[in-house]
Amino acid sequence: MRTVPITARITMPASARKGEVVPVRVLVRHAMERAANAPGVAPTPRRILHTFRVTYGEEEVFRMDLSPGITANPYVEFTTVAAESGTLVFEWHEDGGAIYRREAPLVVT
Amino acid sequence: MTAGRRTTRALLLALLWLAVGLLAGAAEIRPTRDYLSPELRRAQDDPSRHPGWLWVEEGETLWQDGERSCQSCHGEIGTMSGVAARYPAVAGDGALLNLEGRIDRCRTQHQGQPAFGYESEPLLALTAAVALRSRGMPVNVVTEGPAAPFLEEGRRFYETRQGQLNLACGQCHDDKAGQHLRGDVISNGIGTGYPAYRLDWNTLGSLHRRLRACSLGVRAEQLPLGSAEYLALELFLASRAKGQPIEAPGLRR
Repeated sequence: MRTVPITARITMPASARKGEVVPVRVLVRHAMERAANAPGVAPTPRRILHTFRVTYGEEEVFRMDLSPGITANPYVEFTTVAAESGTLVFEWHEDGGAIYRREAPLVVT
Repeated sequence: MTAGRRTTRALLLALLWLAVGLLAGAAEIRPTRDYLSPELRRAQDDPSRHPGWLWVEEGETLWQDGERSCQSCHGEIGTMSGVAARYPAVAGDGALLNLEGRIDRCRTQHQGQPAFGYESEPLLALTAAVALRSRGMPVNVVTEGPAAPFLEEGRRFYETRQGQLNLACGQCHDDKAGQHLRGDVISNGIGTGYPAYRLDWNTLGSLHRRLRACSLGVRAEQLPLGSAEYLALELFLASRAKGQPIEAPGLRR
């Protein structure tokens, strides 16, 4: 299992009060290669980001299965509750086994 | 009798209003953002939802990249403020250059690097990052002097009926602006949002890529990206857009 950095834009506050609802917006760059197989076409396997998973202080706070049609540079928005200062780890799982990872710190006051 | 005459007069008045309204509609150029759906307009204004910013960030990195980087001559990318509003423009050697052309020429002439090439990812990214510095500024292209013949060429292209559908640009973008075509709203086609992220493309693309789609739409010959015809048309579109705000990087359907 390899983890690779990926071009992403994560928009969330740098700090929040304990118990506060934190909005998180995530854009990631990915080409969404759909599977192709037809007479006269070289068969191409599907290569999309099929799962998006977010952990916050070791705990999973968000998980989403993505499907072809919404995975070209996918945009995902969700909320979580500020518990304690820690790191949000964003993981995208790609067909073929690659896992892309980005992190964002959250300071809880 | 009197009632009949009154009805006729009312009908004439209504027709007059309709004619005035149509004429005003034809003459008025509105920013493309006015034709977007509210959702798309909101996303265009919000970098946290706008995928085009993935390219903007890459462009800002490229600006500082390498020994003879853009930054080593121009300074911070903020110095590019207002530049996109002045393009396309005629260069010293008489060639008409759009922003992409200007950047690629800079790259070959001053940076000693191979050209990125039209529609390449790095050129789109740099163009988006540079154009962003003019966002909200009014288009202010020069159309006199050496630009005048290009403008006329562009006007001719715009006004000429083309393709199997035998349509001139203005028949949609002047006469039918605001009405629906294939699920989208027809804009004035002023191109102020390009390079733009089109949901249809799933990526950022140049104005010329969009113009090729227009050519295909009227079943006309699709000209190459960066062709003289599209460049002249780009100048004419910019002259139509004078005073309208730059929206690049735009968000389009």
